Amino acid sequence: MIEIRWHGRGGQGAKTAALLLADVAFATGMHVQGFPEYGPERMGAPITAYNRLDAKPIRVHSNIYSPDFVVVVDESLVETVDVAAGIKKNGAIIINTGKEPSKVRKIFAKFPGDIYAIDARDISQRTVGKNLPNTPLLAAVVRVCGVMSEQEFIGNMEESFKHKFAAKPEVIEGNMAAIREAWKGAVRV
Amino acid sequence: MSRRDRMSGNEAVATAIRQIGPDVIAAFPITPSTEIPQYISSYKSDGLIDTEFVAVESEHSAMSACIGASAAGVRAMTATSSAGMALMYELLYVAASDRLPIVMAAVNRALTGPININADHSDSMGARDSGWIQLYSENAQEAYDNMLMAHRIAEHPDVLLPLMVCQDGFITSHAVENIVIEDDELVKSFVGEYRPEKYLLNPRESLGVGPYSVSAFYMEIKRQQFEAMSKARAVVAAVSAEFSALTGREYGMLEKYRMDDADLAVLLMSSSAGTGKDAVDRLREKGVKAGLVKLRVFRPFPEDDLVEALKDVKALGIMDKSDGFSGCGGPLGAETRSALYGRADGVKTVNYVYGLGGRDARVEDFEALFEELGRLRDGESLPRCRHHGMRE
Repeated sequence: MIEIRWHGRGGQGAKTAALLLADVAFATGMHVQGFPEYGPERMGAPITAYNRLDAKPIRVHSNIYSPDFVVVVDESLVETVDVAAGIKKNGAIIINTGKEPSKVRKIFAKFPGDIYAIDARDISQRTVGKNLPNTPLLAAVVRVCGVMSEQEFIGNMEESFKHKFAAKPEVIEGNMAAIREAWKGAVRV
Repeated sequence: MSRRDRMSGNEAVATAIRQIGPDVIAAFPITPSTEIPQYISSYKSDGLIDTEFVAVESEHSAMSACIGASAAGVRAMTATSSAGMALMYELLYVAASDRLPIVMAAVNRALTGPININADHSDSMGARDSGWIQLYSENAQEAYDNMLMAHRIAEHPDVLLPLMVCQDGFITSHAVENIVIEDDELVKSFVGEYRPEKYLLNPRESLGVGPYSVSAFYMEIKRQQFEAMSKARAVVAAVSAEFSALTGREYGMLEKYRMDDADLAVLLMSSSAGTGKDAVDRLREKGVKAGLVKLRVFRPFPEDDLVEALKDVKALGIMDKSDGFSGCGGPLGAETRSALYGRADGVKTVNYVYGLGGRDARVEDFEALFEELGRLRDGESLPRCRHHGMRE
């Protein structure tokens, strides 16, 4: 079983990203869970969302304390939230940042595992024209977790976008460009 | 043909309601059940159902509208949580004593004080003496399946009682999981048409519903409710067996997990059962004879089934997701001990209050609890009631 914990801020779409990941993994035949941690959320407040992905049915219903992967949607969170807490041995962090790789490593000086950096903001600005880091981050997460091939992921996302944006097909191309670029864009620092 | 899908517990319940196509739904939004009337409202706007959707101004009115509709002779449903259920309280008793088979999607949430939106069972446990049948669901699949069976149980001529299908707020209501959805036509034929024997809008037979009952008759009405609730056990079993034959998914009054030779066991309801099963598997690998019993039907209370399932256990943890404030444990603890008394006196028990207001129950919490039960089995003295998963 692969367990993923998303750290974002209310309104940034970490929950939506977790549900999207559940969707694409489901499409490949996996058993999935996608759920946010609910409380008195406000725009901008730190929030967490979770994914479990497995070949067999998932029974556990609790939050995730020892994730395989942690996704940081907003890098300013690392100042107030211990995002690396409990990550499994051989686990990894995927962070949305525009910082130089050497500086990213310094943020998690005590973390021994792999760290992947992706400038999801820059990618989304250039491809979609807005700061919507979700879609590029999702591509990076799927690649790093290794749950499916690039071809399978791109195909599933295209289907999903066609359905989701049936009323405004003009945005599909930008979103597809975002995920194609992001698939290659995550760098191990 | 059934199909694989993935959806949240709320969407699963809404899907079941769409397939059933009740005549009337009256509901007022309250977290975490709000999505259910939202979905219904969309289905209605999209022409997928011809249900009369009554957007009432309170839950008191929602249950009143359901009572009116059900008494008139049609299928009526609602959805609610927490304070919403509390506001229905007076009418819950009316629905039951009027013998109206209303079905409610209950999404369990803590009652206020302090205010909290997360899961526990204090809302539906508060309604345990109201005369409603209560089914509890571990996950989205069970919430969906229980909803498909609800009308067959509630509307059975031996029963004619309202029924609530409970699931844990957020933990399952807002978690997207894999699910098998049955074909619309199969659901319609399984649930069937509702043809009440007696109803207000029957021009050929005059009928009064809900009149004053003097002392000379009140107790007879209550005795009839008792009879109906007692008979509901056999009806739940029969409907579940028919459903299992149709879908391959087994349901009874309770589910026994690795209980055949279990020394230590926990008894609980709803979403934490899956977490407990994972803990049981881990302990079994270490040679601990651990098992789990998940209660599906809390009303009627299946005391014979519980005694049969638990009589050979040496130490039992009875887990309540609400505190009845008796000062000696929660409602499941009290009723289970009452069932075991004189029939399985060798079972040592601790009543654990856990998971209040959304307090997370992890696999590790269950492992710690089983470790404690092991000490109870081996002769250590423990308090009869404990709060598990506290900060200290």
